Parts: sequence; structure tokens; C-alpha cells
Amino acid sequence: MSIKGKAYIAGIYEHPTRLAKDISLAQIHAQCAKGALEDAGLTKDDVDGYFCAGDAPGLGPMSMVEYMGLKPRHVDSTDTGGSSYVLHVGHAAEAIAAGKCKVALITLAGRPRAEGMATGTVPRSRGGTPTPDEPFEFPYGPTVVNMYAMCAMRHMHEFGTTSEQLAWIKVAASHHAQHNPHALLRDVVTVEEVVNSPMISDPLHRLDCCVITDGGGAIVVVAPEIAAKLKRPKVKLIGAGEFVKTQMGGKVDLTYSGARFSGAAAFAEAGVRPADIKYASIYDSFTITVLMQLEDLGFCEKGKGGAFVADGNLIAGTGKLPFNTDGGGLCSNHPGNRGGLTKVLEAVRQLRGEAHPAVQVKNCNLAVAHGTGGSLGLRHGSATVILERE
Amino acid sequence: MAAQERKLPAPATSQETQAYWDAAAKGKLLVRKCTSCGQAHHYPRTICPFCFSDKTEWIEASGKGTLYSYSVMRRAPVPYAMAYVTLAEGPRMVTNIVDCDFDKLKCDQPVKLVFKPTDGGPPLPMFTPA
Repeated sequence: MSIKGKAYIAGIYEHPTRLAKDISLAQIHAQCAKGALEDAGLTKDDVDGYFCAGDAPGLGPMSMVEYMGLKPRHVDSTDTGGSSYVLHVGHAAEAIAAGKCKVALITLAGRPRAEGMATGTVPRSRGGTPTPDEPFEFPYGPTVVNMYAMCAMRHMHEFGTTSEQLAWIKVAASHHAQHNPHALLRDVVTVEEVVNSPMISDPLHRLDCCVITDGGGAIVVVAPEIAAKLKRPKVKLIGAGEFVKTQMGGKVDLTYSGARFSGAAAFAEAGVRPADIKYASIYDSFTITVLMQLEDLGFCEKGKGGAFVADGNLIAGTGKLPFNTDGGGLCSNHPGNRGGLTKVLEAVRQLRGEAHPAVQVKNCNLAVAHGTGGSLGLRHGSATVILERE
Repeated sequence: MAAQERKLPAPATSQETQAYWDAAAKGKLLVRKCTSCGQAHHYPRTICPFCFSDKTEWIEASGKGTLYSYSVMRRAPVPYAMAYVTLAEGPRMVTNIVDCDFDKLKCDQPVKLVFKPTDGGPPLPMFTPA
């Protein structure tokens, strides 16, 4: 069974906050849910499927189902880190296609800034029973940034990728973020400013990293017969793929990501090619994340990502592949350190023609949204969706 | 050297890998090898992640390897070099590179095994330029 054409994204909402000192985690989830349902023209009582991940308070979906007063007949709390919500879109379509629900609500929220979390630079143990990998990794000091940095280091070694090429990814994101009033960083930056920003973990500089923000978002995925009754532009899901890439028992290869597999599955299901894509939302925890995913999704050959992203090729209006036109995680928002949901949101805005006019892609009828969750260098979940304007 | 000033947390050992840590305390690095498919893996498991055979055994690693990739964590209180080392026995392992000038590290350079003490636990296998 394919999910192609079996589900539509009918409602989206991105919380405007980037610092949620006076709002609770559950409150952000509910505000996002309310916003996305209102955007769709639906109500809470229409929701019969609920999807959340590890950012939701409590055990799986239960606390949030209670808090929001939902009555779902289908729930899914699959957690693949920041890619979870891209994966949830595919899972929601599967549930809808199987008749398990008709209106699926996906929510995300997080408050790492308000909580003063050392997101990227301090090793974190998950606590409780250690994962089997933990004793062989945690004592060595793996952080978010240094494990992504090792991918960049190896990519540079094998393919000659440069810091200047990586910097172009941040430059492109900053060109887009200047038009987003909610973006945390709205100043346009240059390649020189990126490579001259402080080194965090070689070869990644401060400006190679995404922002740390509070906030959240929500997506409403509906069955075709529901979408047909709604007034919003119709955004159809035509392909979805997921993958978990690991160290493979000691055969780890840092030069590619799980996008190689999740992307191939999504493109095959959709029956389209990367060259057909008009707009790409690409997970941007770091500049290297974007570069590797672009290669792995098939937008360019493996190892040629540096040349592909250089010279503004990702900037809307001038480049061949406009990406993350909201400013992405690199400049606008990375709510709860989980950026997958906002990737879907901007892809939907582009397909609806509701992106900021300065970055709206003309005749945008086909978009990809891709997420990488967990650690690119240790183990990560990949999820890809292909969306079409109907 | 900087790495010696860094306090290393004790690994959370488990029953499955106690022998690995007992050997580390004696200055030996063990690798788990499958006698069915002949491949070594890391981190160690009793069931082979390649062929799912339960016929696995410990072998002692030579301590030789090459630096697959690394990153110097400049923002830590004491900067350190996170790394993947490819062991001569095959598997790549998460580790640190220590006792050297971090600015001279290069991918694929030969490295050799050393052990560094942890805070109340068995020592950690690390590597230094060979």
C-alpha cells in the first residue's frame, strides 16, 4: 500500500515565541494545536489521531491527550529526535490510509532557552538505565556539536569541502531570515563573518550552528474527503520515507546520512526526481547537516555538496534550489532543539503561496521536507516527505 | 597535558560488557568477534550485529589503528579531541585522542592505544599519535 495521495496537510502553525519564560511546555503544545486547527478550519473535536514525540511531557501521548481534552482513536509517539515530526506526517498518512483516523494532529514544543539548557556543548547522559552504547561513548565527551563536526572533518578530508562552502549555507539562511519578523537572527551575514566566528568544535564555527530557541509548532494531516471540504489551499502528501542510520557495529561511515535511504524511498513513492523539486526544507542543525543531506537526497553527487551550495545557490530568487526560506534552524527557529516540524511548515507555506513575498518561489508546486534527528555522527533518524500543491 | 586535567566520568558498566572493563583495568583493549561470520564489531555485544549469531568471543586488540575523524571541542573548560579510530581489527570506535598537539592531527594518521583513568571507574581506552 502506498500513501501517495492518501492524505493532505490541512493546517499548520508555528509559535511566534523564541523565549518562553512565562509559558509552560504543555501550554505551548496546546497553543500550537489550536493554531493549526484554526488554520485548517477544524476544531479539537474533529481530531481522532494524535502524534507527539519525546518533547511532550509525560509518558508518550497520554498527558497531552488529557491536557488538550482529545479523544483520539489512534496515537503514535515514535521518537526519532528532531526528525520525528516529518516521520509523523508519513505515519499519519499511513493511519489515515488504513482507516484508523481522519484528522491527525502533530504537536511539538520545547523550552531549552528558558530552562538554560547547555544544548550543544556539554555531553548529556539520558539517565535511568544506560543505553547499550552509553558506556562506550558518554565518558569520551560526545556533544551535539562535536559529533556533527566529525562528519564535517571527514567530508573535508575525503572530498575537499571547505569552511567557506559550508558558510554559504548560513549565508543563504540569513538572506531568508531577514524577511521573517519572528526569526531569532535577522542580520544578513557574509562568508567571512561565518568563517571568522569563534571555533566551537573544529571545523564548525559558531555561525555554522543553528539557533537555540523555545517554541513549537503543529501540523494537521487529514483524509482526502476532509481536505475536500476545507477552504485552505490543498497540499497533498505524495511520498514518505524513513531510516535509522547507526554506527553499524563499528562500520560507521560519516560521509553520508540516512537521507540516502529515506529520500530514495520518498522519491520513489512520489514518482518524482530531485530535479523536479521547486523548494527544499532541509534540516539545518548545522551547515554540514544541510550539505550532506542535499547530497544524500540526490540534489547533487556525493562529495559535490560544497560546490552545490556555494555562491548563493540556496538563496531564493537567485539560486537554483531555494531552501529554508523562513531562515530555518540556522537563523529563525529550532524549537526544543527539534527542527523537523518547522521544515514541514515552511514547505507547506511555499506550496500554498504563503511564504514571505521576498522569498516565495514562483509556481511552487512540488517541495521536499527532510529531517535528521539525534546525532549525525553517532546514530540518527531520517525522515523525508514529498508534498505537492493540488 | 590538557587531557590529564580533564575529569573523565566512570563508564556505566553492565553485566554484558564487564569483561571489557575488567580487561581495561589491566591495560588491555578487548574486541568482540563472531566465530560464525568472522567479523569483529564494536561496541561489544553477545549477539553479532552482522549475522545475529550468538557465537561471539573476546579477542585482544593490538592497540594499533588509524584516525578516521576527529574534532577538537574548543568550548569545553579543557579542550579535548573527540575521535573515531579504526582499529587494526576492523571496527571503528568512539574515543579521544590525547597527549599531543591537537592542531597537528590529520585524518587517517596512525595512532596507538593508551588508557586514561576515570573518576571512580575503569580506565578508558584512548589513542595518541603513533
